[in-house]
Amino acid sequence: MLHTVNKSPFATNSLQTCLGLAKSGSTLLLIEDGVYGALVGTAAAEAVVQALQEMHVYALGPDLKSRGIEKEKLIEGIEVVGYDGFVALAVANDKVQNWL
Amino acid sequence: MATTKKFMYVNRHPPYGTVYALEGLEVVLVGAAFEQDVSMAFIGDGVFQLKKGQDTSDSDMKNFSPAYKALGDYEVNKLYVERESLNERGLGDDDLMELTWEDEDDDWSEKPSIHIISRVQLADLLEEQDVILHF
Amino acid sequence: MKFSVMVNEGPYTHQASDSAYNFTRAALAAGHEIFRVFFYHDGVNNGTRMTTPPQDDRHIVNRWSELAEEHDLDLVVCVAAAQRRGIVDADEAKRHNKDGDNIASGFRISGLGQLIEAGIEADRLLVFGD
Repeated sequence: MLHTVNKSPFATNSLQTCLGLAKSGSTLLLIEDGVYGALVGTAAAEAVVQALQEMHVYALGPDLKSRGIEKEKLIEGIEVVGYDGFVALAVANDKVQNWL
Repeated sequence: MATTKKFMYVNRHPPYGTVYALEGLEVVLVGAAFEQDVSMAFIGDGVFQLKKGQDTSDSDMKNFSPAYKALGDYEVNKLYVERESLNERGLGDDDLMELTWEDEDDDWSEKPSIHIISRVQLADLLEEQDVILHF
Repeated sequence: MKFSVMVNEGPYTHQASDSAYNFTRAALAAGHEIFRVFFYHDGVNNGTRMTTPPQDDRHIVNRWSELAEEHDLDLVVCVAAAQRRGIVDADEAKRHNKDGDNIASGFRISGLGQLIEAGIEADRLLVFGD
């Protein structure tokens, strides 16, 4: 399943709730303010580092760039994709769950 | 439309503070006519939607909690409530509305629509769905 | 593949409409089909032709209208949500005695059943909201 999260982990519990329910082998794509969850060294990073052991994690490039987040500041293992990649992930996963 | 899909409506917002609970319920009630395999999940603050005793008489807002009672008549009888979310909010089973449905395959006996399940069970349930909408 | 897209928030206040638009464009560019774009909750506010955003900013309503015309998209605004928020076409204006209508080009007002159908008919339903 492709999970998307659009909220900063410092604003709501959407990312935390998603990670608590996403099964091993899922894919997570961080979009909109959710890309702040991809930042290395934050209070929210450990959960994402743990998640990377069981799932693929992506962050949407245009949303990172808008927010001035450079690739060097991302948690290791997170891949950056554009909207074309977002579409490809939606195609490749048999279902989608958009966490708001 | 011969296809039957498993639709799950995930509720994470409490009632009244925002419109999502009300308008989410409207989708479920309208959607019931399409004979799909429908269930609802209540996670996080969404569990507050099912709290009994809602009284909006002093706030002038529309009390839509009675509408949950209609779900059984619309054959929406799988309302999954996450146990951990209840516990975190100090809620017990008896804080929730009594929602039931009549099972025509079992002599119309009345059965509970609310199923309190664990986070692990909910994770498995989500994987089984075809269409998931968050409200 | 056939996609349906749901937009739950209005223009500018949330990024939802932008994300939905960009996803829709990318899906079309990749050769996929968009079965329907359904606007719900405050998302119905994407369907008013009365917006005048600053000249140097994107025109969210118009670009949905243009995309719909270019690709023959079905942009549906939920009638119940639209009535609550004052998005009105000519029929609704007449039915409810309003002194005007404001629906934008390319959008049509219809019931929640269109959302369920969008979920049934598409291979994937994407939801953009708050």
